[in-house]
Amino acid sequence: MITLGDYLVVSAILFAIGFAGVMLRRNLIVILMSLELMLNAANLSLVAFSRFRVGANGLPDYKAQVFVFFVITVAAAEVAVGLALLVALYRARQTTDVKDITSLKF
Amino acid sequence: MPPFLFWLFASLMLVFGAAVVLNRNPVASALSLVVSFLGLAALFMSLDAYFVGIIQVLVYAGAVMVLFLFIIMLLDIRAEERRRINWLATAGGIGVAVILLVQICIVIGHFQPARRSFPPLARSTTDDVWNIGQLLFNNYNLPFQIIGVLVLVATIGVVILSRREPR
Repeated sequence: MITLGDYLVVSAILFAIGFAGVMLRRNLIVILMSLELMLNAANLSLVAFSRFRVGANGLPDYKAQVFVFFVITVAAAEVAVGLALLVALYRARQTTDVKDITSLKF
Repeated sequence: MPPFLFWLFASLMLVFGAAVVLNRNPVASALSLVVSFLGLAALFMSLDAYFVGIIQVLVYAGAVMVLFLFIIMLLDIRAEERRRINWLATAGGIGVAVILLVQICIVIGHFQPARRSFPPLARSTTDDVWNIGQLLFNNYNLPFQIIGVLVLVATIGVVILSRREPR
């Protein structure tokens, strides 16, 4: 049988993959994609907990799914703003590599 | 859902999630991300969350990925050329991610309910759009409106950010 722990471990592995992407990659677009992976890993564990907590009416706890809805909305807004920033940056510097953007480096 | 389908979709999601990070070409990364999100949507469906699964396909595999591919096309980003890899930094990055994963797995191992399987549902969840809508518009009406304002602000921000500066 598939347990709650299986879903949580899969979600943790997906989060770690996204985290490694943010740490390792230098291309800003791929860093944004890795951020999306991390947000979706959190969504997966939220939905797993929602299904695990069956209420008195015999249905899953929908509060967590409402929260997932909010997370997806915020993530979509974040991607739009992030990519607009990327385009503005590319227009100013002609690069999307984080190694070339060091103006604020101490 | 039979267990082998869970493992099939979970491994599909994880393999293509890793491909997002490992591919040098951003277009290949974006297409791997689509497959990864489709696997995740299948996992949502296996948890009887049909509405969230459909939203995942529509918003991520539809809207967000089109945005990513459009930006990659617009900026004409090529595959990264093979540079000398800084092995110390790479090992450090992978090490931190692995430590994080091990810590989360230890926490899940100590979490007793994680060993139980999912309790059966009394009814089918085919009307979960109605249930989520009830919660969203009754209990979470104010957060819903705040999210609306957030999306509006993001839209205006994107327009201002991508406007060419007047010379």
